[in-house]
Amino acid sequence: MLRLLNRIRRTGIITEPLATGADAETLETLGIEVRRQIDRRLGGSLAIREVDAGSCNGCELEIHALNNAYYDIERFGIHFVASPRHADALLVTGPLSRHMEAALLRTYAATPDPKLVIACGDCACDGGEFGVSYASRGAVENLIPVDIRIPGCPPSPLNLLKGLLAGLKGSG
Amino acid sequence: MSRFDWLSEWLARCEDEHILIRRGSARTLAPAHLVECDPEDWGRIAAVARDFGCRWVALWGSDEGGEETPALGVQVAFEYGGDHLVVRTRVPRATPVLSSHSPWFAAADRPERHCQDLFGVVFLDHPDARRWTRHGAWGDGDYPLRKDFAAAGQPPAETPPDQDYPFLAARGEGVYEIPVGPVHAGIIEPGHFRFQAVGETILNLEERLGYVHKGIEKIAEGRTPEALARLAGRISGDTTVAHAWAACMALERATRTPVPGRALFLRALAAERERIANHLGDIGAICNDVGFAFAQYQFSRLREDWLRGNQRLCGHRLLMDWVVPGGIARDPDPSALAAMAAELDRLEAELAELYAILDDNPSLEDRLSGTGRLTEATARQLGTLGYVARASGLAFDLRAQAPYPPYDTLEVEVPVLEQGDVLARVRVRREEIRVSLALMRRFLAELPAGEIRQPLAPAVAGVEGLGLVEGWRGEILAHVRLHADGTIDRFFARDPSWLNWPALERIVRNNIVPDFPVCNKSVNGSYSGQDL
Repeated sequence: MLRLLNRIRRTGIITEPLATGADAETLETLGIEVRRQIDRRLGGSLAIREVDAGSCNGCELEIHALNNAYYDIERFGIHFVASPRHADALLVTGPLSRHMEAALLRTYAATPDPKLVIACGDCACDGGEFGVSYASRGAVENLIPVDIRIPGCPPSPLNLLKGLLAGLKGSG
Repeated sequence: MSRFDWLSEWLARCEDEHILIRRGSARTLAPAHLVECDPEDWGRIAAVARDFGCRWVALWGSDEGGEETPALGVQVAFEYGGDHLVVRTRVPRATPVLSSHSPWFAAADRPERHCQDLFGVVFLDHPDARRWTRHGAWGDGDYPLRKDFAAAGQPPAETPPDQDYPFLAARGEGVYEIPVGPVHAGIIEPGHFRFQAVGETILNLEERLGYVHKGIEKIAEGRTPEALARLAGRISGDTTVAHAWAACMALERATRTPVPGRALFLRALAAERERIANHLGDIGAICNDVGFAFAQYQFSRLREDWLRGNQRLCGHRLLMDWVVPGGIARDPDPSALAAMAAELDRLEAELAELYAILDDNPSLEDRLSGTGRLTEATARQLGTLGYVARASGLAFDLRAQAPYPPYDTLEVEVPVLEQGDVLARVRVRREEIRVSLALMRRFLAELPAGEIRQPLAPAVAGVEGLGLVEGWRGEILAHVRLHADGTIDRFFARDPSWLNWPALERIVRNNIVPDFPVCNKSVNGSYSGQDL
């Protein structure tokens, strides 16, 4: 047990205020800006229900990473919820597979208004590598209205946050 | 043991059964052997293979065209002693009927139903002929992978939900059902699970997949090799390196293109990085599923560090699109390669410390030990692959038993445990990280200089190739056939998840419903990889 506590102590807080790469924006300034938008427009918190509507699971890996201690997205007021009934926004990945069509529609219907739909990743934005076929409807907006688009294959956690911020500002 | 020294005995057994082997080729799908048989003998091929002790690997169809008597091809791959044997037959498209292999190999069940749904091949005596990949996007009687079916299809304006699927039913006092999905409570892929339970105990689990079917096999057709590699890299995002490698290997073998040594070493480095990234994420998640959040935070920290290492190496956190036909896309920055040795040392030291903490927590062991057991007999019967098989006493690993370059230059240790529970699957994955780190050190030390890419040689119409790569989940098989202009005529990829998903149904039996997430995570099948 002591070892465990010691490990936690020595790990310390790794949550990043760092400038990342060549970007002038830091994760923290980005996050504060996101926080401000959420406070202004969403009463302080943004509850997201993630829906994989056909993704290759690459986007899911990066969305997961938003919750790791480096990004710690909850500090900006964003959290992922288990039910669409608790959600302000749907974060939809994948080219929309036809087999997920009904499930996505029902999830959308179960999300209370007003709601945001965020298309996450190239496939959700425009069909990506898969496009439209007998099995895929391509972009998510071919089925439900989309408010925010975050391209990338997959978008990195930092780009997810940037996309969210741009979207919140733009759709305001 | 020399390669294929068992084949003459196998062929003799076929002869004993009066099975006529029409043609054989050691070159067409080299290093696998290809033989052809009559459709009437198809069922008995499975009987011979099972009695011989072959492992079932994959089954896939193909449209063989033909003006006067259009035909469909069906091929099955077996493995014995590290050698792969592909058996092929052709059936008339008007009467595409074959005996099922499922009575002999449980693993053939879902792949045969996939072939039935997409090619319209009827497998007689299939114990469960329900549709599998087909939900509501195309009709009974439409077969998307036949050449006369356009990739755009004629889908209904709104695809109806898959609500009339005849699930197995259980009756009896106190038996109740729990339907879960396709949209799950976490950030995971969609699929449907139907539990029958009494109290907290799971009597039976039935999986219903196919929700993320994206028509990958169909939209691969007509692509250039480069575009195929990009698509293969998105069969399952967490396995982008191994799938792209398998597809490229198939292309390179089909066109007899030699791949530069440096590219092979860098591919292997990437594949081992992919293995470690996934193992790190899953070990943390498994601990989290039994309430040990400390491990989740620590392992996701290590995973994030590791993904940033990927970014430095090739400019992509998940290593996507680095493996391309004929080699790799870009030579890594020398500073990234130089930094990797220290990165490996650091990870090893961090892991040693974390493992000591994990092993120090009896409550963690108590939750993982004995949970979700898969016996060796069941693992063998289902043809289970990768760490799921290796935690249940089955030692198969392509890198050791059927090594492809650069693994053929060294000995790959294959960690195996017998217990078959969640704890054993965690421990095998811990050991696999250790082995991967050692392999990476060798690859770094021996990394050849020189070219990183060789253009694919021109194709001849109809040439085929088979790629076999040990992904982090286990053996991946990819088959390609090319047109004369080098574009894709047929592509098939068998993710190991095809064989590990059925194991999950067995693993959770008699476990409690709340342990399903940890059992599921310990197997971690890819939905996208199996739905195609």
